[in-house]
Amino acid sequence: MLRYISWLIIAVLILPIAGGMILIIPPAFGYLPLLGGDAISLEPWQRLWHTPGISRSIGVSFGTGLATTALALIVVFAFLATFSPTRFDRWVNRLMSPLLSVPHAAAAFGFAFLIAPSGLLLRGFSPWLTGFERPPDIMVVNDPFGLSLIAGLAIKEIPFLLLVSLAALPQLNAQQKVMLARSLGYHPRIAWLKVVAPGLYRLVRLPVYAVLAFATSTVDVAMILGPNLPSTLSVQVVQWFNDPDLSYRFLAAAGALLQLLVTGMTLVTWWALELTVARLFHAWIRRGGRRGGDRLIRVTGRSGMVMAISLSGLGLLALFVNSVAGFWRFPSSWPANFTLSHWLAALPTIERPLVTTLVVAGLAASIAMLLVLAALEQEQRQNKPATRALCLLYLPLLIPQVGFLSGITVLSEMAGYGPSLLVVVWGHLLFVLPYIYLTLSESYRQLDPRWAWIARSLGSSQAGIFWRIRVPLLLRPMLMAFALGVAISASQYLPTQLLGGGRIVTITTEAVALSSGGDRRLIGVWGLVQAMVPLLGFLFAMLIPKLLWRRRKGMQRA
Amino acid sequence: MNLKHHLELRNIKLSILGQTLLSLNQTIGPGEPLTVMGPSGSGKSSLLAFIAGFLPAEFQAAGQVILDGHDITGVPAERSGVGLLFQDPLLFPHLSVAGNVRFGIRGGGREVDREVNDALAEVGLEGFGLRDPETLSGGQRARVALVRLLLSRPRAVLLDEPFSKLDAILRAEMRSLVFDHLRDYGVPTILVTHDAADAKAADGILIKLRVR
Repeated sequence: MLRYISWLIIAVLILPIAGGMILIIPPAFGYLPLLGGDAISLEPWQRLWHTPGISRSIGVSFGTGLATTALALIVVFAFLATFSPTRFDRWVNRLMSPLLSVPHAAAAFGFAFLIAPSGLLLRGFSPWLTGFERPPDIMVVNDPFGLSLIAGLAIKEIPFLLLVSLAALPQLNAQQKVMLARSLGYHPRIAWLKVVAPGLYRLVRLPVYAVLAFATSTVDVAMILGPNLPSTLSVQVVQWFNDPDLSYRFLAAAGALLQLLVTGMTLVTWWALELTVARLFHAWIRRGGRRGGDRLIRVTGRSGMVMAISLSGLGLLALFVNSVAGFWRFPSSWPANFTLSHWLAALPTIERPLVTTLVVAGLAASIAMLLVLAALEQEQRQNKPATRALCLLYLPLLIPQVGFLSGITVLSEMAGYGPSLLVVVWGHLLFVLPYIYLTLSESYRQLDPRWAWIARSLGSSQAGIFWRIRVPLLLRPMLMAFALGVAISASQYLPTQLLGGGRIVTITTEAVALSSGGDRRLIGVWGLVQAMVPLLGFLFAMLIPKLLWRRRKGMQRA
Repeated sequence: MNLKHHLELRNIKLSILGQTLLSLNQTIGPGEPLTVMGPSGSGKSSLLAFIAGFLPAEFQAAGQVILDGHDITGVPAERSGVGLLFQDPLLFPHLSVAGNVRFGIRGGGREVDREVNDALAEVGLEGFGLRDPETLSGGQRARVALVRLLLSRPRAVLLDEPFSKLDAILRAEMRSLVFDHLRDYGVPTILVTHDAADAKAADGILIKLRVR
């Protein structure tokens, strides 16, 4: 049984995705007998083509993907070039995990509350600097070029890319390489970029592609921050899927296929950019410049990182202030009075979605943990690396959700399951499993194999080693991985919405649904609750091992 | 305590990528040490890994390991009766000192408690049972590791550079402690090292390996 675990994992992930993608094709060409489409035709594509503003939607999705990824990558690399174990940097490092755990939608709401014409930022500068006595009539959030969408996405992707980079760095021996380059006369930042960055980029390429795919196709963030009329392609596709007029399904299927193409095109464009940048980079290295740009890199890295962190933090603050604000006139920085009434009014309606969120997240994270641990145990016991096919695990992170989720709903109908909790859990598993595998496999493989050898030579069985050695020694990373799984599941919008058929209501689906209503007080409450679920998870994951091993100094360092 | 265990290495040949690393044919009697010396890359650690049953899949091995007349080649390490001592004491950080020692003992109860305490007292660690291993000095940890090994009742013992991380004074002390105990205990021992003083202290058959 354990021997086939890798293949089981691949089947659990790949079958629904492949099936979902294949099932989108016939309706995209007009074939879906259930809805009266008996003949293959190009009619959905013609309709798609005649949708007002469709080229603009495509353009925004494409541009958002490239700009977000480039922005996040530049800030992270410039920051890492400047990174040294100073107090400031360690502090940044510590803030990353909690920032990463804030769901995309909650972060987007916070960001919107911050930069809106009547938002916290402008209030802070009004009227003493700007002279505004009333909110200016400009479209900051939902701007037609997707700039606020790009900024809102980038401040979420920066912690992600920074964390994966920090995890990859130890393999590169960065400090020694930089020291060597500095002894050859290179300034520290230039040295880092020239000798460490190329190797690091190779290691984080996959996460970068995941950011790219996500940014081109996000639905919830684009609904909150992205342009309207026309909105991004992915948002339009979801609207078509949810249209009560079932004939829109054909259009939606064609749109989903188009989204796959657009994301694919973005990846190809990025890859072409990679080649160009690599060529320029090599020319730059060959020229042998030792100091030019050192300052620019430092300023970019530091200020970019400070901006990303403070915008995220202030966004959460904005959510909080809005959720307890009483009367709040425009240019005042703070509400005239505070009230708990929004919370008290919202709490009764929060309970059920919260329970649903926790049940789905708990199930998805537990199943994922079981599968991943089984695969990693098998790898350890076989004493050889797992099958390379496991890299298929990253597929769900590289394919736009709208491209296969609707197909999965058809698939589950065909299998006789309507929208249900279990289908939603399976849908979440597609995204929870890769991340749990990513985080846990690293710590699992890094554990000194001699622990297991000693234990076996002392008579412990394989199962005994798992329970008596690996679980206690890896308790912290295991709980962290579980918390990450819960956080990822809790923040899923589209899988819950589509696979649950609108009947499974979680904190996230409800919060995103509120976004169109525009009641800031209510959104503040829901956004904060949404942000708190993963945060509490990580808190427990950190505290439990601390409490459990408080008498064991050797367990504190890990 | 004096047991009569024999370890026989019969026509052992280790190779990687078709290249032979070492070949060996040797019998080790009760309480006898066999010292294998050689530079890194000579395959001496792979030899231990093979006997203990942890040889990575990329190695090819031929030959048999016979312990007390039973072929233990390929027998799972938890049943082969071969004990290990590494250069690091590798005390489980989540267990107390006594918990570490007990790890290799089957069963529980008062009797085991007393056995553990007595054994710790014998190496000068009386009353250390409840301590966190992290609070022990390097020499104390090495002694706990030795006690843990002996109480698991191995029928043969493999030592992988067990003294290389200790300072000079401790090293001499631990050498005599370990070899005296293993000799008294009467198990065949294989010591892998690149330190000639270790080989001298072991005072047994010496095999020198070369990089091929």
